[in-house]
Amino acid sequence: MALDSKVPQGPIAEKWTNYKNHINLVNPANKRNIDIIVVGTGLAGGSAAATLAELGYNVKAFAYQDSPRRAHSIAAQGGINAAKNYQGDGDSTYRLFYDTVKGGDYRAREANVYRLAEVSANIIDQCVAQGVPFARDYGGLLDNRSFGGVLVSRTFYAKGQTGQQLLLGAYSAMNRQIGRGKIQMYNRHEMMDVVLVDGKARGIITRNLVTGEIERHSAHAVVIASGGYGNVFFLSTNAMGSNVSAAWKIHKKGAYFANPCYTQIHPTCIPVSGDHQSKLTLMSESLRNDGRIWVPAKLEDAQAIREGKKKPTDLSEEERDYYLERRYPAFGNLVPRDVASRAAKERCDAGFGVNATGEAVYLDFAAAIERYGKEQALVKGLNTEDAALVDKLGKEIVKAKYGNLFQMYDKIVDEDPYNTPMMIYPAVHYTMGGVWVDYNLMTTIPGCYCIGEANFSDHGANRLGASALMQGLADGYFVLPYTIGDYLSDDIRTGKISTDTPEFDQAEKEVKEKLDFFVNNKGSKSVDHFHKRLGKIMWNKVGMARNEQGLKEAMAEIKELREEFWKDVKVPGAADTYNEELAKAGRVADFLELGELFAKDALVREESCGGHFREESAETEGPQKGEAKRDDENFAFVSAWEYKGEPADAVLHKEQLEFNDIELKTRSYK
Amino acid sequence: MNMNLKLKIWRQNGANDEGKMVDYSISDVSPDMSFLEMLDVLNEQIISEGGEPVAFDHDCREGICGMCSLYINGEAHGPDRGITTCQLHMRKFKDGDTIYIEPFRAKAFPVIKDLVVDRSSFDRIQHAGGFISVNTSGNTQDANAIPISKHAADEAMDAATCIGCGACVATCKNSSAMLFVGAKVSQYALLPQGQVEAADRVKNMVAQMDLEGFGNCTNTGACEVECPKGISLDNIARMNREFLKANI
Repeated sequence: MALDSKVPQGPIAEKWTNYKNHINLVNPANKRNIDIIVVGTGLAGGSAAATLAELGYNVKAFAYQDSPRRAHSIAAQGGINAAKNYQGDGDSTYRLFYDTVKGGDYRAREANVYRLAEVSANIIDQCVAQGVPFARDYGGLLDNRSFGGVLVSRTFYAKGQTGQQLLLGAYSAMNRQIGRGKIQMYNRHEMMDVVLVDGKARGIITRNLVTGEIERHSAHAVVIASGGYGNVFFLSTNAMGSNVSAAWKIHKKGAYFANPCYTQIHPTCIPVSGDHQSKLTLMSESLRNDGRIWVPAKLEDAQAIREGKKKPTDLSEEERDYYLERRYPAFGNLVPRDVASRAAKERCDAGFGVNATGEAVYLDFAAAIERYGKEQALVKGLNTEDAALVDKLGKEIVKAKYGNLFQMYDKIVDEDPYNTPMMIYPAVHYTMGGVWVDYNLMTTIPGCYCIGEANFSDHGANRLGASALMQGLADGYFVLPYTIGDYLSDDIRTGKISTDTPEFDQAEKEVKEKLDFFVNNKGSKSVDHFHKRLGKIMWNKVGMARNEQGLKEAMAEIKELREEFWKDVKVPGAADTYNEELAKAGRVADFLELGELFAKDALVREESCGGHFREESAETEGPQKGEAKRDDENFAFVSAWEYKGEPADAVLHKEQLEFNDIELKTRSYK
Repeated sequence: MNMNLKLKIWRQNGANDEGKMVDYSISDVSPDMSFLEMLDVLNEQIISEGGEPVAFDHDCREGICGMCSLYINGEAHGPDRGITTCQLHMRKFKDGDTIYIEPFRAKAFPVIKDLVVDRSSFDRIQHAGGFISVNTSGNTQDANAIPISKHAADEAMDAATCIGCGACVATCKNSSAMLFVGAKVSQYALLPQGQVEAADRVKNMVAQMDLEGFGNCTNTGACEVECPKGISLDNIARMNREFLKANI
């Protein structure tokens, strides 16, 4: 099947408006006869469910958590971008569009990104109307901060809990519709498979995680909003339950999976402390507004610190290497995430790491504390030369800005970041890859949509900070509700979809067989045992730096591990009851397939772009020496993979990317 | 230094089972582990011995989703302040300790299994009025059209940081949910956007709260102490004021 992105004709700034003017609509009376399933209730799924219900459709929403409010969007800290230009610093729709395409290393679809930038301002209006308590200045207007990879302040925030507040906003909109009976909410339910009737997505099979019951649900369209697949690495900043299964199930039924190798390794996470580690905790990128990143300039100092013989505060300015400021003077500590992560790895690989494992760098607030302290002393007419006073005043400001993050760090590491620099190291955070969708956000299965992090569309090979929340809400509030109507306008005479059909029988049978297999398998190793081993392979060979040999090894090792898993996995308990090990087994089985496709995708893409760094493809000379080298001539395409049984047999389809409104350039932050 | 611990854990096979405390031993616990990582290790141990692992709720493991619960040594979220159970670290315990681990107990939070409880009553209170009736059409007025004083916005934010974990209910001798409900009522009452339907909101939410079987507030303030997000008792006072106003 040839890929058709269905991007509308016309100038980029008019595409979305023209599109909306010419699509088919469903009248309100007919909407009442149409059912839509939404899987996942994070920012994308929650906002979509609420909006579709407001429009009049009957929505069934599903979450594996015990409430929609717990979806992992809630953990996003820093903020949400919008081209409001409230600061008058030169922002515009075009500039947000440009920054996003450039930040994504020119591997995103222009038309989708422009639309995202276009609706971004509306998101802020919407959220304020919902009662989201964004930060404000003393004049009562909304405040902004700056994020990596851009030169304007366009990030709106609610302390360090922006994701929480936006999700609770979407949750409140959902609650209003649940109260009205327009959304039926199924908490603690997991989607086990999608059901296709005559080639169209017409329902799903779910498992009630409390009772173990297998249920059938039908609808005229199915929306997948199940988030990213970072947990394929076992250790990531994702929630423990975050999984690829809903996305992977539709992939196996015909939805192409795009760019699986595009993974964002976030530069500022709390380093790993031991083998017991179950997840990694992010320290918001907003900290890089005020924190300076460094390692010791001399190897012997790094060693002394690792051995506990020296403290970071013992080192003078000259003995420190602020390597981001040194390498990237224009953007300094605010280079994009992929660049910052690789730079940290480069220093640590060279022996400058600062914790016992050698995998940590410093994020230091001393300079910010002094700067803010002096400013406050001046404002209050106090002595700016009084070091103790300046320190106290400065810490108060830093606390007001980042207090919850500092507390979180202190609780985990047992060190006070007000008085000693934080230790950070990159960790898997976000997946730009995902299910391939066209301009309508429809997958290659008719009637099956994919939104939010679960799709591949807007961030190219690297996502800029504060853009995930923007995309999730844009898809759910403002894009999908239009595009899905165009498709459903053909369904107004279809009537209720029956679940009593051979297609549902077959799908349910397969689901039950797999569950029975797990609980009856006489294996010897737990699900986590396999998940951790998969994670190690992924991190070591498909992580921050990749090469041909490692990727080939990874593919073989994952295949072998998958075979071992099916022979030797041990799942205690029964299938018809609460059984978390059983739920985990299904998710890890899917990760074991995705992981291999992920490595294959990375192997095929013989260039470096964004979060995907191939060691064979780096600049060897000139001012960009050592930086990632993109190959636009041969790789300016989206890799969309078609499922053919074994992950290694997946067939590659290419969507050629065209850049008409942005000139392809080497991405430089120097 | 690594620790050896004794655990007494509530095991209950479903809502209709009577349930009982069961003893476990666990050795070589690193002080850097989180409490839930310690339970992960215990569960691996139980699985390898052929048993069924202890069921407990958890998800984000960074203190924000509100999914984790647990009553540890008689305290919601254990012996530390301003954190959830997933942020509790084993360095708060010492070698040889016996740790009691129970579910959040309240009539409105029935046990599903072991340490997992059903908190859907919280959701139903939100369905009754935890929202501002505005459609997500994208045709709302500009976000800066109504200036809101920084003070009010910050106070609304403080109320809005509630994560809906239920520690307030679990720790209250009356199993009252007034801190939880008060936080939501306050967030909207403090913002101009929330004023329009303030009266209906507080009446509907309080009615649902009573219907769910939560108790009343007798101002002992235990909820505020145990709240991982430091939600202030002021929010209960504000809710009472709003409720009174709505009924005059």
